[in-house]
Amino acid sequence: MKITNAKYMKDMATDETVGIAATIDGTDATVPLDPANRHYDEIMRQVAAGTLTIADAD
Amino acid sequence: MSKAAELAALIGSQTALSNRNLIINGAMQVAQRGTSSTGTGYQTVDRFQGTNSGLDESNTQAQVDVASGTTPYSLGFRKAFRITNGNQTSGADAGDIVNYRYIFEAQDIANSGWDYTSSSSYVTLSFWAKSSVAQTFYGHMKTFDGTVYNYPFSLGALSADTWTKVTKTIPGNSGLQIDNDNGQGLEFRIVMFYGTDRTASVTENAWAVYDNTQRTPDNTSTWYTTNDATFEITGVQLEVGEQATPFEHRSFADELHRCQRYYAVRENTAGSLKYYGRTLQAYGAASVFGLIADYPVTMRATPTVSQSGTFGAYKANSGNNAMATAIQNLYATSHSWGTGGWSGNSNLTAGHAVVMYAENNAKLMADAEL
Repeated sequence: MKITNAKYMKDMATDETVGIAATIDGTDATVPLDPANRHYDEIMRQVAAGTLTIADAD
Repeated sequence: MSKAAELAALIGSQTALSNRNLIINGAMQVAQRGTSSTGTGYQTVDRFQGTNSGLDESNTQAQVDVASGTTPYSLGFRKAFRITNGNQTSGADAGDIVNYRYIFEAQDIANSGWDYTSSSSYVTLSFWAKSSVAQTFYGHMKTFDGTVYNYPFSLGALSADTWTKVTKTIPGNSGLQIDNDNGQGLEFRIVMFYGTDRTASVTENAWAVYDNTQRTPDNTSTWYTTNDATFEITGVQLEVGEQATPFEHRSFADELHRCQRYYAVRENTAGSLKYYGRTLQAYGAASVFGLIADYPVTMRATPTVSQSGTFGAYKANSGNNAMATAIQNLYATSHSWGTGGWSGNSNLTAGHAVVMYAENNAKLMADAEL
């Protein structure tokens, strides 16, 4: 799974971090902060492996 | 003995009389993502993956029609899942992979009635398969929880271009662990080709502790080295018990509903500029926020969300087009798509209601697959 451009996303109204915006296999998507989500699991695996960095939210 | 008693004796007491098939979309009816793709993983037929690695040329996975006059057609199967090989010019390398993959949600197996820790309790996997190349193929079943176990099996020798019913009865094993949760519980793969990085002299039809380098016996590479070779499956069923019973046909609506626990699409197919989703609220002069629409069913987990096409929004009671872009800051809650701040260029005031629309074929997707 190729994941690029990972960046935390915040809800403007609540300032709560609500997900990670990323490009997954060429598709822009938002991944929830849910360990049961396979994309979140893969992002965390790649972060732990040092092959992916998640940028801070704007 | 009555016919009913004879049937009960034949199928055994372990077999459920309804909802027998633990596979979702086993007749390949539902393909929400599309009907053809050169990608890998979940691309076409719902719940089934066509996975590959190490290819010189991409293969194509597709939902295809079952030809009339064939035995699967006469049994009520109208769709199949086909993988068409690419041109693997460098031959069969050790790391190359092409297979079908299906992953069960753990709680569906834990609650199925299969006493998976008992060697005298069984599940039976059955499906129709057709290869354009005559060859013996393999498959395997694998657990995820606790110590991972693997069960390799042969599909037998398939004749070229001939639909064959494959049936494998699989016992439990005291080492198996399948948790009662929404995670990965059990998977099976039907393998067109594994290079030698994944194969070894393993014992067929027996559970053993999983070794990623010993998934199945060594594979013949004829199919893999044949350009445009095809493989098709349909009528996939996994049921509790020692006997393969006739396929449990379900309606399209029933299968779609089951699939939507794992993947959902909300698409405007009614033409341009159709109202879509809930009324949003202006956050300030140039942004709106709020929940857009609920998923059609409760999903397995909070999904990954994405979009395609053009969406927009009007300031209510004015007709002014507030924005006409992709939805910004699209995100998922446990139950709905939402936007955490979608900016436009109109003169909004905080608290204004904003009416959302979608251009034709604009759609939102939610992916909670295993």
